[in-house]
Amino acid sequence: MSRSSMWEAVREVVRRDVLLAMRRRSDAAMSVFFLVIVVSLFPLGVGPEPAVLKTIAPGVLWVAALLACLLSLSRVFTADYVDGALEQMVLAPQPLALLVAGKVFAHWLISGLPIVLLSPLLGLQFGLEGEALGALVLSLLLGTPTLSMIGAIGAALVLGVRGSGLLVALLVLPLYVPVLIFGAGAVTSSMAGIGAEANLSLLGACLVLSLFLAPWATAAALRIALE
Amino acid sequence: MQWGSASEFFAMGGYGLYVWTSFAATASCMIWEVLALWRRRAAIRAEHQARLLGGIDETAA
Amino acid sequence: MSVNWSKYSAPQAFYPLAGRLIPWFAIVAVALMGVGLYMGFFVAPTDFQQGESYRIIFVHVPAAWMSMFLYVVMAVWAGIGMGLNARLSYMMAQAIAPTGAMFTFLALLTGAMWGKPTWGAWWVWDARLTSELLLLFQYAGIMLLRTSIDDTRRADRSSAVFALVGVVNVPIIYFSVQWWNTLHQGASVSMATGSKMASTMLLAMLIMTVAFWLYSIAVILARVRCIMAERESLSVWDEQTAVIQDAAEAR
Repeated sequence: MSRSSMWEAVREVVRRDVLLAMRRRSDAAMSVFFLVIVVSLFPLGVGPEPAVLKTIAPGVLWVAALLACLLSLSRVFTADYVDGALEQMVLAPQPLALLVAGKVFAHWLISGLPIVLLSPLLGLQFGLEGEALGALVLSLLLGTPTLSMIGAIGAALVLGVRGSGLLVALLVLPLYVPVLIFGAGAVTSSMAGIGAEANLSLLGACLVLSLFLAPWATAAALRIALE
Repeated sequence: MQWGSASEFFAMGGYGLYVWTSFAATASCMIWEVLALWRRRAAIRAEHQARLLGGIDETAA
Repeated sequence: MSVNWSKYSAPQAFYPLAGRLIPWFAIVAVALMGVGLYMGFFVAPTDFQQGESYRIIFVHVPAAWMSMFLYVVMAVWAGIGMGLNARLSYMMAQAIAPTGAMFTFLALLTGAMWGKPTWGAWWVWDARLTSELLLLFQYAGIMLLRTSIDDTRRADRSSAVFALVGVVNVPIIYFSVQWWNTLHQGASVSMATGSKMASTMLLAMLIMTVAFWLYSIAVILARVRCIMAERESLSVWDEQTAVIQDAAEAR
């Protein structure tokens, strides 16, 4: 099989998922809405003290992003599983891991990228400014693809399983911990004046690692689920 | 041997609550696990024997 | 002496073999626990810094070691199961999870019991404690994933994938929390006991660890026998070997 046909297939997978998502925009809007609401709840619960809000901002924004990503995970494979497209993907001549990577990339475009683009506004709500806002956006830009990658493993494992919504959270959240630590750490350390570089490069390392490992694990899980 | 009396031993130098809770929790978890396996095995055995007896009855009939 | 080990990889042969081995592991485990507890409480001296509260480590450290060791062993069985498509390997992985989770829970509980008098806090967000907590979540995830999937074959293989993913995750968590602690100073508590351990303390701890290890083997073998009998209850070997053996034992 030629290299070009492989990439064409991946591009087709991405294009199809993005098109489908554009047709049902409310789905994608919901997880963004969720993010905004959760983030807005914290000041109401914690109190309006700006210093306190600034301290908790990195953690709150990152945890909310994590949860928003989690909520959208069921959309990665379920529709294709129901209408049989996933079965065809497994049988396709292209390597399944590559097609999975395409689907995960599409998922990130639909639900990860909006979070990244929205984050500066949410950061302003918490009084973040300048460099810290930049660190927030950069850390989310590097971190949310990793979240989609890892989340896809969980989504594939619970495909068609009863109670899968809660189960996928229990499986995936422990795996999200390192990303959360480095992501929130990037913002915190830039606020403390240490600079976010070290945390950002660790986030990058997580992304590379998940890029290499997660599509294979997801492909294996999909094969198991579809057998 | 550093214990003068039994009460000194159980007091554990003032840390008795922490020390004995730890050991009691460990012991009870292990005992519970063994008992649970014992019951599971007994249930399986009872089921097997019931089926075996059932099988004999069938051939007899 | 040459033993044909591959012979025992078949459930039919493994079932009675495990049954014969369990009592030996159990007896030695109980004996070593007796020796370890005696050494720990009556031979090992009082720690000059922590007083008597340090004696908790005689259950805490073995439990913590077993919790991690069993996770790795479970992942290895899961990996073998995936690689060779061997049913017995999956059953071993399934049998290990509850015992591993139990030791993780015990490590956390006894750790809190040790932390309160030593640090003045039940819990600190230290790398070891946090990794142990997440290890417990992963054990729980594996067991929940298994119980949520009705098809045994899929349950086996899905939980194997998750176990293998988790084995990559735990060291990363350990490292990341350590990293995080350097950023958030203040809560940092040195886990090092500071004082050198007396050799009798170390010996008692090692004996307890071996005892816990043998206990785990006995319990896991007993559980894998249950799993085999439950899964293959209709097959001929089970009816014959298990029931005849059980009947012989009962006599």
